[in-house]
Amino acid sequence: MIRTDVFFLYLLVMAGVTYLIRALPLVLCREKIENRFIRSFLYYIPYAVLSAMTIPAIFYSTGYLISALLGLAVAVILSFMEKKLLTVAIGACCTVFIVECVMKFLV
Amino acid sequence: MSSKNLFLRGLKDGFPICLGYLSVSFAFGIFAVSSGLSVWQVIMISMANVTSAGQLAGVPIIAAGLPLIEMVLTQFVINLRYSLMSVSLSQKLSPRVKLLHRFVMAFCVTDEIFAVAISQKDEVETPYFLGLMTSPFWGWTIGTALGALAGDILPEMVVSALGIALYSMFVAIIIPPSKKNHSVALCCLLAMVLSSAFYYIPVLSKVSSGIAIIICALVSGLLFAAIAPIPDEKGQEEKKKEVPA
Repeated sequence: MIRTDVFFLYLLVMAGVTYLIRALPLVLCREKIENRFIRSFLYYIPYAVLSAMTIPAIFYSTGYLISALLGLAVAVILSFMEKKLLTVAIGACCTVFIVECVMKFLV
Repeated sequence: MSSKNLFLRGLKDGFPICLGYLSVSFAFGIFAVSSGLSVWQVIMISMANVTSAGQLAGVPIIAAGLPLIEMVLTQFVINLRYSLMSVSLSQKLSPRVKLLHRFVMAFCVTDEIFAVAISQKDEVETPYFLGLMTSPFWGWTIGTALGALAGDILPEMVVSALGIALYSMFVAIIIPPSKKNHSVALCCLLAMVLSSAFYYIPVLSKVSSGIAIIICALVSGLLFAAIAPIPDEKGQEEKKKEVPA
């Protein structure tokens, strides 16, 4: 378990950085960013971050690799059908649950 | 419209976001507790940050006791998109919005709250935004608390199944724009390949996960900003983006 004072130090840094990123532009900046390169960079960055966070971490997010792969497959299919986030998440979770139940039953 | 009516309208517009946040933060609560944090710590993280990707990346850094500079860099890169939203939002605000109000609003600039606020026909007033951010904030907090508590109670198989929830939502965020825009798809693909390289290649796997995500995102983002810049239509792409917090 993390020491309480150490935890608060991390929390302060984490929340501080996150808040300043949101607050400084809102308070200081009244002009739209005109620079096309910066705007493009800010457009791509969320997708790049989420991609890097998802692969390969999603493979190890459940009890077994096979349940994670099948869960991912269902998530990809539902996302291609442009289902809502919640629907995709429930579909992936149910898939993992069913696969792991089957595996427990077989083993 | 009176302040009270504006607040109520915001509250109503924020409610669907609240429902979405309940489930995402529930998954976060389970994840964070299973990483070794205590229930109250996990709840405090959610109340102080209100951002899913940033929190998800921050928890392993706390759990592993990595250097604080990694926390700074990770949060900076992952949450950088909020600065763009804040810039757009600053121009959408009514002249009546005071400086102090801006400091309060900044706390809840998330992808969804931003998307709803920016899609308003009129200028955004303080009471509307306060109403809009209220239920998502509490949804985020309560969902985290329930997840953190449930993580200890729920059977292992249910926790295992919920482990994929947040990642599957990320998939759901990435894929629709990738279908329409091949540059986004290729940018995502590059980030995934780089991230896998950091995970599987022995020398690179020594790099901590926080730094690896930063490098992957920066390389992919900078490269595609250079080779495939977005069209120069002002105010269009912010509206199109529907990325959750």
